[in-house]
Amino acid sequence: MWLAEIFVTPKKNILDPQGEVIKKTLGHMGYKKVADVKQGKYFQVVINETAKPTETIKKMCAQLLVNQIIEDYTFKLEKIK
Amino acid sequence: MKFGVVVFPGSNCDHDCFHAVKHVLKKNTEFIWHQSTNVAGFDCLILPGGFSYGDYLRTGAMAHVSPVMKAVKKFSAGGGLVIGICNGFQILLESGLLPGTMMKNTCLHFLCQHIHLVCQNTRTPFTNTLNEKQVLRIPIAHNEGNYYADEKTLKELEKNNQIVFQYCSSGGAVRPEFNPNGSKMNIAGITNKDGNVLGMMPHPERAMEKLLGSTDGVGVFLSIINYLSGEKI
Repeated sequence: MWLAEIFVTPKKNILDPQGEVIKKTLGHMGYKKVADVKQGKYFQVVINETAKPTETIKKMCAQLLVNQIIEDYTFKLEKIK
Repeated sequence: MKFGVVVFPGSNCDHDCFHAVKHVLKKNTEFIWHQSTNVAGFDCLILPGGFSYGDYLRTGAMAHVSPVMKAVKKFSAGGGLVIGICNGFQILLESGLLPGTMMKNTCLHFLCQHIHLVCQNTRTPFTNTLNEKQVLRIPIAHNEGNYYADEKTLKELEKNNQIVFQYCSSGGAVRPEFNPNGSKMNIAGITNKDGNVLGMMPHPERAMEKLLGSTDGVGVFLSIINYLSGEKI
């Protein structure tokens, strides 16, 4: 069994209004030194395979989990019981 | 001539689309449930607005893998007409039938209001009864109407006359202050390269009868009927 942790973030050149609003709100709360905030997504996918499913994860990201026009992603794979 | 209104779990503008074509324009129309893989006998497919799959993950992201979409793709590859309205447009983008993507409105809230659109290309199956630069007053109702594509794609859209509708003033001026959601180039509606698939964020099916405040949506559906009747564009 494998646990895939997938981290999805807006691409650098894409305006992230949600991140901007969160940064402003943090500022109102007193966190004046926040330089930037980006809001992304996190997926946990447990896969029942023996071999490390790197290519499977990449395909899942390309076909569904990630909008590759406006999002980047990285992932970690960990063998679990 | 037969129209099909595709219904996904969470679609909520399917009945308005059905009413527009069946009851207002008196054309043969049927609902097509998203599990169906058969679109034989239809001349135009409508992907209606709503919140298919609750907009979970991304708007239109899961609907684009519904069984019916394989049939819709084959249908459009064969030249069949497909019009995606609002969530329908988002589904067409996620499925790759149209280029680009939708992001959250830059104002970060749901917009529900009448806007003006200018028609930039009347030589499509969806706009052939409109006049060049005709301005339509049509409602929008969306949270993710901010159309984005990279510069290369935008240049292609322009070069191929695929930008069919742009947000504008009541006089037809395309300027940032008349763009409700931040979409690139004030884009409100585009076609694919072959011109048989249209996606538009505003709701023409909500502008069919005087009682609803505007009949400017009629032209879009009349154009489809005109095209299917064999009239030269």
